[in-house]
Amino acid sequence: MDLSAISPTLLLASLMVAATPIILAATGELIVEKSGVLNLGVEGMMIVGAICGFAIAVESGSPTLGFIAAATGGALLSLIFGFLTQVLLSNQVATGLALTLFGLGLSSMLGQSYVGIRPPATEKLDIPFLSDIPFIGPILFNQDIIVYVTLALVIGTWAVLKFTRAGLILRAVGENHDAAHALGYKVVRVRLMAIAFGGACAGLGGAYLSLVRVPQWTEGMTAGAGWIALAIVVFGAWRPFRVLLGAYLFGGVTVLQLNLQAAGVAIPVEYLSMSPYLITIAVLVIMSSGKAKAALSAPGCLGRIFHASS
Amino acid sequence: MIALEKRPEPSKLWSWATPILAVIATMIAGGLMFAALGKDPVESIRTIFWDPIFGEFAFYYRGQLLIKAGPLILIAIGLSLGFRAGIWNIGAEGQYIIGAICGAAVGLAFYPWDSFIVFPLMILAGALGGFLWAMIPGILRVKFNTNEILVSLLLVYVAEFILASMALGALKNPDGAGFPGSRNFRSYPAAYNEEIITGTGMHWGVVAAFIAVIFAYVLLARHLMGFQIKLAGQAPRAARFGGVNPSRLILFCLGISGALAGLAGLFEVSGPAGQISIDFNVGYGFTAIIVAFLGRLHPIGILLAGLLLALTYIGGEAAQSSLGLPAAAIQAFQGMLLFFLLAVDVLTNFRIRFGKREVA
Amino acid sequence: MSVLLNLKGLTKAYPGVVANDDVSMVIKSGEVHALLGENGAGKSTLVKMIYGLVKPDSGTMEFSGAAFAPAEPRAARAAGVAMVFQHFSLFDALDVAENIALGMENPPKMRDLAQKITEVSNAYGLPLDPSRLIGDLSAGERQRVEIIRCLLQNPKLLIMDEPTSVLTPQEVDILFKTLEKLRSEGTSILYISHKLEEIRRLCDTATILRLGKNVGTCNPRIETARAMAEMMVGEVLHVPERKPHAQTDVALELRSLSIPSPSAFGTSLKDISFNVHRGEVLGIGGVAGNGQDELTGALSGELKSPAGQMMFAGKDVGNLGPNARRQIGLLAAPEERLGHAAAPDMSLTENAVLTGTVRKSLAQNGFVNWGAARDFAQEVIDGFDVRTPGTHTVARALSGGNLQKYVIGREILQKPEVMVVNQPTWGVDAAAAAAIRQALLDLAAEGAAIIVISQDLDELMEISDRFAALNEGRLSPPVPAAGLTVDQIGLMMGGAHDLEPMHE
Repeated sequence: MDLSAISPTLLLASLMVAATPIILAATGELIVEKSGVLNLGVEGMMIVGAICGFAIAVESGSPTLGFIAAATGGALLSLIFGFLTQVLLSNQVATGLALTLFGLGLSSMLGQSYVGIRPPATEKLDIPFLSDIPFIGPILFNQDIIVYVTLALVIGTWAVLKFTRAGLILRAVGENHDAAHALGYKVVRVRLMAIAFGGACAGLGGAYLSLVRVPQWTEGMTAGAGWIALAIVVFGAWRPFRVLLGAYLFGGVTVLQLNLQAAGVAIPVEYLSMSPYLITIAVLVIMSSGKAKAALSAPGCLGRIFHASS
Repeated sequence: MIALEKRPEPSKLWSWATPILAVIATMIAGGLMFAALGKDPVESIRTIFWDPIFGEFAFYYRGQLLIKAGPLILIAIGLSLGFRAGIWNIGAEGQYIIGAICGAAVGLAFYPWDSFIVFPLMILAGALGGFLWAMIPGILRVKFNTNEILVSLLLVYVAEFILASMALGALKNPDGAGFPGSRNFRSYPAAYNEEIITGTGMHWGVVAAFIAVIFAYVLLARHLMGFQIKLAGQAPRAARFGGVNPSRLILFCLGISGALAGLAGLFEVSGPAGQISIDFNVGYGFTAIIVAFLGRLHPIGILLAGLLLALTYIGGEAAQSSLGLPAAAIQAFQGMLLFFLLAVDVLTNFRIRFGKREVA
Repeated sequence: MSVLLNLKGLTKAYPGVVANDDVSMVIKSGEVHALLGENGAGKSTLVKMIYGLVKPDSGTMEFSGAAFAPAEPRAARAAGVAMVFQHFSLFDALDVAENIALGMENPPKMRDLAQKITEVSNAYGLPLDPSRLIGDLSAGERQRVEIIRCLLQNPKLLIMDEPTSVLTPQEVDILFKTLEKLRSEGTSILYISHKLEEIRRLCDTATILRLGKNVGTCNPRIETARAMAEMMVGEVLHVPERKPHAQTDVALELRSLSIPSPSAFGTSLKDISFNVHRGEVLGIGGVAGNGQDELTGALSGELKSPAGQMMFAGKDVGNLGPNARRQIGLLAAPEERLGHAAAPDMSLTENAVLTGTVRKSLAQNGFVNWGAARDFAQEVIDGFDVRTPGTHTVARALSGGNLQKYVIGREILQKPEVMVVNQPTWGVDAAAAAAIRQALLDLAAEGAAIIVISQDLDELMEISDRFAALNEGRLSPPVPAAGLTVDQIGLMMGGAHDLEPMHE
């Protein structure tokens, strides 16, 4: 065992990478849940995004086109969920599960001929001068563009929710859909847009896994990342920056256990591998036990079916 | 424009008709999907749904039907109780794995003791293992109000790593020349879940599934507990007013579904699968969710839906070998089935009205 | 006065019911116009059409002389129509300013809006702090938010749907001063209510709806309350009969009951003490949201009480659950019929099992006796004149009045020792309400102790022997109901709370 082989710089730099797919998916789901919809299909949308992005990037040779395809694929898939839950008023929990089961099957079907291929590389941005700053440079200023896009997305989400009218309407719809309807807001339309946004973000997150983090395509490669994103939304109490924090925490645990595996620590590999899931559960427990607080931050109509009766 | 209008009462007719409608719609959409993959759609659907029962090799497939349907029904019956009560255990796959590990561990611990008591002890251990694994989300929900959906699901991944560790470590066959996987129960008759009637696929797990169907039917139709389960799912406040203790109900539903999933795992590992191996689980715990919904959370419906989904597994394998249909296509097909079911379900509670649109 | 809004032959039908049948009426500029009618008379549908939430099947509207057919509330607001809803269209987790911004077309920047809210609310005598969360406000303050939201848009027509049902008498006075100030500035007000006295006090004209039809327009200051009541109800009302009761044993006693609220925006019960005797009706008044739900829950057993705070026939019952309380004869009927007192999608038979298992022996060894349950459901239907096709009907298919009769009847037929009802006649037509009140009085005459929690003061004065009021989770000491003045009652309910009237 050689712990000194673990470099803190590399550890933190790869933490940013490990956290990025979770941040993307969780930020998308945050918007969905803020609008009052619980979409449990994140895992399914992520994996469909992963294969869409991978396939298009391989075929076109352009990772950018890949990411665009991933976002489109995730959004399209999420709109199936949107149509069922918003128009046909189906149960959101069941429909979200269906989305995950369907997405897993669909992705392995689409991905058959892509197993074992390497995708075109997504370039690192390598910001001049800044990336040369010792320690901080490689962590903050030498990442691929998606990492920065993701951070911008979190800041943007925060700003839109806090300062804009669109954000206010979104929160209002999620808080009390009957009141929003009575004031003349289009509850279903707002929610469909939120769902599509969530799908696009989850798709991006999936593509980041298959194009950058791993990078290759294997069946079921999201390995629960979508579910962890859902947990992190709860952990983040529906606030963008706390979601970011939660994702970094998760990314940190993941990277650390991988490094420990590589360093040959005397803990069996399986137990190290399960630690991110266990820590996610522990964090969920800590967050939900402060009952009143969590209840305050959860959108009032989360998961409830809206039917305008008059 | 089309508008939905809530029915004064749920339609009895549609609640029976929607699953059938969903199956037909899925066959059509699935056919289109297979056509897109370059397969003859009619041929594919026939291979999946017809040949296993009536085709040339039906004598082999018919036995497989019960083998696959057994665990699906057993797990789905447990899940359906929770789903009715609004308690979402979606980690049955994990409980299935842990049940299998616990049951198998007991069997292997007694190896090579040849006694009639070994198998019953394994059954107990399997049920207990699934039960305890399901108690984790149950107790966290009751004590800390932690979302049971996420916890039960995340525990599936944990269970899979435990399974890997067991197959490679503690339960590895000492005479296995270093290969992963436990001793095979086929070579240990006292612990082997044998076919009861040769060629039918009927093993003890299938018997347990039938017992579970009857048990659930009586519970839901006649027992106060069944009434409370339905009540809690439909109107949680009314349930508390009616004297239902929510914590007890959560533990009951999670406990039962965990124990049944654990049983399913034990019967599978000690019979059809034969041994603890890294990937002996094939996703029954997730497919059972589809079975539960397709059966409208009704025991008899689940029995039929379990047989149907078992058919798609078997037919899927057949189509894989004869038509080269990818295995994943069947998984997508099953997911699609759930989509269509949820979509047409709207007809049970709503009437569709064509005409002038209300200002929404 | 010029005509502001002219409705001609408005008709709106829903499956099975014609909500508005050829309704015509005229609202003039600068008048307070009452829209009077029973529950289900079609008042809500009519105003929803004016506000653009519902489209009429036929008929036309004119607003300020021009054709008016708002496709959505936004269009109605743009034309100058504003509405204060009965069930507030507010968002608990958002603050006052955000709530107001949501109701405006082009709200100014948040900081400017906050300032404007402070100005306007002070000018109309309804002071508000723009930064407070709605969830923390009292019912009266919430209504202020709705009113200010409307006033910021300088409406020509302000629609108010049952505004006083959530106010104490003192708060009603403040509201009426505000409305009179608005009238003097030329704003028309469409005032929906079924309370005759306040209409006589405030309104210039009254239009009366019955079963979806306009049955007459009158000047409420001239017309007698009785004449209007008969136009509204269409029959002579039955006034419940009461027999005086002699002082008897204490059936239930609460000693400084204190329970924290289980929900984030709920009200904690603080130091509640009262007793109720056999044969007595104790009326508990108060504005919505002052602990009524929590007190009902504490009495029904859904909320457990600390030791020694709830005594039933001398025994501590605070730790018993709902069914254990039913066992000893402490029964309850909560306010919310659909989803609390009854399961909406379950049949009347199943809803009989909901509370009837213990006292009616509907289950043996845990197995439900469905035959006995059906018989019990039928007994309730027959005994309380519940209009329904049969015991297999689901609860939500019943009208409000019929379901309420079923819920109350289900408890009464279990022969309670102590009966707790919350809002026994809320949203119920007059005939059913009279029947329910009579049934409660009959139950008391047979020796049961009755606790009626209600926001309808007239109802409480009609049937209570003693009266107390809930105010922010505290209960005023019960006093004999006979001879209480409106002012005294208002002060027991907390007066104008902390809201200072700003009218000079």
